[in-house]
Amino acid sequence: MATIDVPHQVSFLEDAEALRKACKGWGTDEKAIISVLGHRNAAQRKQIRLAYEELYQEDLIKRLESELSGDFEKAVYRWVLDPADRDAVLANVAIKKISPDHHVIIEISCTRSPEELLALRRAYQARYKHSLEEDVAAHTKGDIRKLLVALVSAFRYDGEEINTRRANSEANILHDAIKDEAFNHEEVIRILSTRSKMQLMATFNCYRDDQGTTITKKLLGESGDEFLVALRTAVRCLNDPKKYFEKVLRNSIKGIGTDEDALTRVIVTRAEKDLKEIKDLYHKRNSMPLEQAVAKDTSGDYEAFLLTLLGKED
Amino acid sequence: MADLEALTKAFSGIGVDENSLISILANSNHEHKKSLRKGCSKFFIEDDNGFERLHQSTVKNLKLEFKRFRDAVVLSLLHPWERDARLIEKALKQGPRHYSVIVEIACTRSSDELLGARKAYHSLFDHSIEEDLASRIKGSERKLLVALVSAYRYEGPKVDEDVAKSEAEILSSAIKSADKRKPIEDEDAIMILSTRSKPHLQAVYEHYSKICGKTITEDLEAEGILKDTVECLCTPATYFTRVLEAALSVDADEESKRALTRVIVTQKEFMVKEGNVLNKIQGILTGSYKDFVLGLVAGGKN
Repeated sequence: MATIDVPHQVSFLEDAEALRKACKGWGTDEKAIISVLGHRNAAQRKQIRLAYEELYQEDLIKRLESELSGDFEKAVYRWVLDPADRDAVLANVAIKKISPDHHVIIEISCTRSPEELLALRRAYQARYKHSLEEDVAAHTKGDIRKLLVALVSAFRYDGEEINTRRANSEANILHDAIKDEAFNHEEVIRILSTRSKMQLMATFNCYRDDQGTTITKKLLGESGDEFLVALRTAVRCLNDPKKYFEKVLRNSIKGIGTDEDALTRVIVTRAEKDLKEIKDLYHKRNSMPLEQAVAKDTSGDYEAFLLTLLGKED
Repeated sequence: MADLEALTKAFSGIGVDENSLISILANSNHEHKKSLRKGCSKFFIEDDNGFERLHQSTVKNLKLEFKRFRDAVVLSLLHPWERDARLIEKALKQGPRHYSVIVEIACTRSSDELLGARKAYHSLFDHSIEEDLASRIKGSERKLLVALVSAYRYEGPKVDEDVAKSEAEILSSAIKSADKRKPIEDEDAIMILSTRSKPHLQAVYEHYSKICGKTITEDLEAEGILKDTVECLCTPATYFTRVLEAALSVDADEESKRALTRVIVTQKEFMVKEGNVLNKIQGILTGSYKDFVLGLVAGGKN
């Protein structure tokens, strides 16, 4: 369920005016920006951008980029984009790093619905004049490359049908592939990147029933083997995305320092989807509400914005 | 006898000449038909038990030729997405000799058309194309075919010539190392051919010719569907001309002939420009099938 709190009546013109007012003059009224944008869903934000453009002949996003800074700016920028566009930006940022963030690419390609993944691919092309798969292919090598390209190119069947016999046989294939140190990566990639999510969950369940342990535990190996790590991430994202997101949040907050990129990414991309369930999982796991942990670890406008997206009342 | 000639002719083209058959046979009496059978050694053989038996191969061929009009009509009526999804599913079922159809569809459709075919496949068969290809194809073509069918290529004109040049070199060395590793299984070759845009691949094609002195399709002559892949992506007109000529040649088999319907129905714009083939069609096709095909081509400007 979504966590953001959206009012019943919304006037896009008034919102555009309020945002303009917040940006005019010397300083910026960040609170006003948060109180408008933090309480609008994707469709509304799109309308606000259009209204703003019509009224002031200027792209709201560009204006916000120039007015804001730091982690707050990054978060607001990602929040205001269309979800497909946002995913494209996140994917591109992950790919273009000196050492690409494989886990982000896996996270996005495995937790989005087939239609969302298609929308991402279209948005990516519009923005970067390349296909997503060609950029992934150009920036990665070896088995990781095969896995990632296959995952981003997938257009999985979206239905509930599962074939139990096949789930059993593919659970065995996965087991055999993992057992041999010289992995048969091809079969694992094939199964993980082409089967429907329902079918995969049935397969993972068969694995657990047959082997007495989950496939993710079996994949816990040398953390130096990046292919194994990537496989594990893919399996976790496909099997239980909410649990995966909870872990990403937990890791981003715990210890010294905060991984703002991860924190922003999860909150911004899930606030309109399933952040409520993720929050509940977090609370159960850590005996502390997520809001409290975020408040402890972040500050200023960035903190205020995240808390708003988490559903805190103003 | 004139009727004998006409009957033979009615069954000898691609398609059947329905009107001829009606005028010869509808009013034909017992004696007339007997004389037709006795005179027509191409289709009938004297059986030891004292009757003129239809050749087994003729039974099969007649079935196929009568079906041709029906198949053309249905294929042309279907939504392009359903049509392509069904063609792929059929080709997959029929086995490795038919995989070039999968290549043809994956590589000659636009990105959105291919996407549409993938959606239709979900609706029709409750699976994704890539999962069926990946689980059913066991041979070396699997990786390439799955990758081709999963592509959503950028369709803009922008090409990086330096990248194209280096990718031409990568392809060249993949082909040269054929004795160590089949080019169709070369990971880099697969990545290039399945992820790059078509304008980019055309640039790669040009650079390859400059570097190697031969076109990449010439160097891939022995490589079956890998050659088809490059042709479809870089020089589709050459591919379709080749397929049509094979369909219309004297010793064309059923698989080649079926390509005729498929290409004409799906490549109307191309057909309009193909004067040479159209003339051959006039001579070789017959009956409703011919009328339908010529009609499709004439209407090809829509």
